[in-house]
Amino acid sequence: MRLDASSGTRLLYDLRVRAIIYQVVAVASVVFLGLYLFSNVSQKLAEQNIATGFNFLSREAGFVISQTLIDYKPSDTYGRAILVGITNTIWVSAWGVVFATVIGFFVGIARLSSNPLLALLAFLYVEALRNVPLLLYLFLWYALIVTSLPSVRDAWELLPHVFLSNSGLTVPSLNWSSAHTAALAALLLGGILAVFVRRRIVAERVRTGRERVTWPLVAVALLAPSLLAILLFQPDLAFSLPEKGRFRLTGGAQLKPEFVALLVGLALSASAGIAEIVRSGILSVRKGQWEAARALGLSDGRTMRLVVIPQALRVIIPPLTSSYLSLFKNSSLAIAIGYPDLVMVSNTTMNQTGQAIEGIAIFMLVYLGLSITISVFMNWYNSRVALKER
Amino acid sequence: MTTATDLAEAQLRLPSERRPTEGGGFGRVLKPLFGTPINAVISLACLTLLWLSAKGAYGWLVTRAVTEGGPQACKAGQGACWPFYEAKLRFMLFGVYPYEEHWRVILAMGLFMAAIAVTMIPRFWDRRLLALWGVTVLATGLLISGGLFGLRYVPTTQWSGLPLSFLLTAVGLAFGFPLGVVLALARSSKLPAIRVLAIVFIEVIRGVPLISILFMASVMLPLFMPDGLTIDKLLRAQIAIIIFAAAYIAEAVRGGLQAIPRGQHEAANAMGLHYWQAMRLVVLPQALKIAIPPLVNISIGFFQDTTLVTIIGLLDFLSTIRTAMQDPNWVGIAVMEGYLFAAFVYLVFSYGMGAYSRFLERRLRLGHD
Repeated sequence: MRLDASSGTRLLYDLRVRAIIYQVVAVASVVFLGLYLFSNVSQKLAEQNIATGFNFLSREAGFVISQTLIDYKPSDTYGRAILVGITNTIWVSAWGVVFATVIGFFVGIARLSSNPLLALLAFLYVEALRNVPLLLYLFLWYALIVTSLPSVRDAWELLPHVFLSNSGLTVPSLNWSSAHTAALAALLLGGILAVFVRRRIVAERVRTGRERVTWPLVAVALLAPSLLAILLFQPDLAFSLPEKGRFRLTGGAQLKPEFVALLVGLALSASAGIAEIVRSGILSVRKGQWEAARALGLSDGRTMRLVVIPQALRVIIPPLTSSYLSLFKNSSLAIAIGYPDLVMVSNTTMNQTGQAIEGIAIFMLVYLGLSITISVFMNWYNSRVALKER
Repeated sequence: MTTATDLAEAQLRLPSERRPTEGGGFGRVLKPLFGTPINAVISLACLTLLWLSAKGAYGWLVTRAVTEGGPQACKAGQGACWPFYEAKLRFMLFGVYPYEEHWRVILAMGLFMAAIAVTMIPRFWDRRLLALWGVTVLATGLLISGGLFGLRYVPTTQWSGLPLSFLLTAVGLAFGFPLGVVLALARSSKLPAIRVLAIVFIEVIRGVPLISILFMASVMLPLFMPDGLTIDKLLRAQIAIIIFAAAYIAEAVRGGLQAIPRGQHEAANAMGLHYWQAMRLVVLPQALKIAIPPLVNISIGFFQDTTLVTIIGLLDFLSTIRTAMQDPNWVGIAVMEGYLFAAFVYLVFSYGMGAYSRFLERRLRLGHD
């Protein structure tokens, strides 16, 4: 091959060569920036005598966490404290998702009601929640609980044995033991079994073309393992009911004001977003689908279940995923009202050990990991409900 | 053929609902409210709820309101505490900005609002907007910070209140937008290394809460800087918001880019435009137009998210409100007053932007049909 004098410049104009150059430059600048920052950090840390590494995780934490799901005492390690923070974050987010979904579906359907008053109320609800910052609502709910509610002595009895006062919500509870965990696990197993059995029956129906009653078998599959577990392990099924004493409430489980305010704030603000998602999902199913289903002789319930909901879900699931994700990330605002979630526990850890980088790295990694887990799960579910094109 | 009204009707009315029978105007109003027993019950419940809240709000705001006196009168009273607003309104709005210089922030906010108003009118969407914003940013920056033309210098530690919330939002979006567009282009690039870098950046930022990035900026960033270089606390929070905004804007812009058919790219190439020309002249103008409604929604979200800087100790609007409420003279007295005022201000601005976004969506949809 003959090379002439201008081959160097000609090479520069080759698109493939350019592509490689661009990429090398981009990667190199990111690497250099990283190295530069890293050298600055190590110099600063050495100057300020701050230890590095994750050894602090096995040292004694020494601070109190006001609300814990798993056993924790100040003499436990920082690692344990952060684990408490993670479980608290998941706990409040999980309940938030449940309440937000239920409220959101009702409000979303109410927005479409033929009754103009109901539609108006739902509209006001959605706009009031969507246009005011969540943090403001958290402060407001917290202030309302702490300042406006009566003291424990004259707590309101919302439902029998459910008390609301300025020290939070008191609800009936079980004395949780390993037997309960076993029964719960058996219930989960039953759920999986039920899905499996239903699938087999549907496959059988498709194969033979004979319609059979499905639900008794499914119900047996769902409930049998947990019933068996209850008989086997005999968990204590008596609820501990809160009773109003002279000065305080005895029994039951105490939900602290921080938890209640955070849960209410998260659930309500997410429910407004979910309501809009549900509304647009149902609107996306065209009138012709209803008419076609009716022409086939399907009842209203079956039209909804077999025709409308599967199509609406396809529109609903992707934005629903992101609203679950943002609820989960918004739970980090807990630090503003003092609920000991992951961010707050890490923050305390950082203040005590001075190891800011490790502390922030831990909670960012946990959030990132859980976000990715949630979105992988929801994407899997989405691909199941998505349009199957052949 | 379906016309827009047919479509709207098909969307708004589920078939299980019956159309109200044509009767007099009276019947048309009452039928959907009291047509069936269930509807009548729902309507009555809604009316009761509306009546009770209207009555409560009126009583609190007007009949039971405390109009004069000090904290003691408010503590004794049962209604809204107007003296609190009288005493604290300026502080709630402008925070610790020097009292006698408030006219400067008011003027700056006026300029800013005027620029936004001009930007919202589609007829003015062209290159001159950039010049307008350049002038506005310079003028508002000069007015707020001072130090030139005989204006007293005001350090950033005294920038606070509603102007700070607007500033954080506006600067965050103004710098986040070009960064976001670049990230979106990088993410849809054919070059694998660049695409991977963009994906990692965007997904990491979107996968963690804003508060963690603010923490990073306020606690970690000083450690990353070389010796002797310190960055202002406000600027650090601003950088965090810009980065966060860029990741979300990038996803909105990517949505727009994906909606542009391949033929547009190919046609631009066939005309001999290289990548940047094709993007600047053919693809981006169309993609950005599609991305406008989600971008406006992102802007509303960011206006609300700037409240998070409260947690790292900046005095934004929510924070000055809380500071006003915690004044020793007023503490525990004007809780509802403070939060409701803040909620009202956020509601007005966010709802206004939302209404504008819906207007744009309608306008752009009509433009495409």
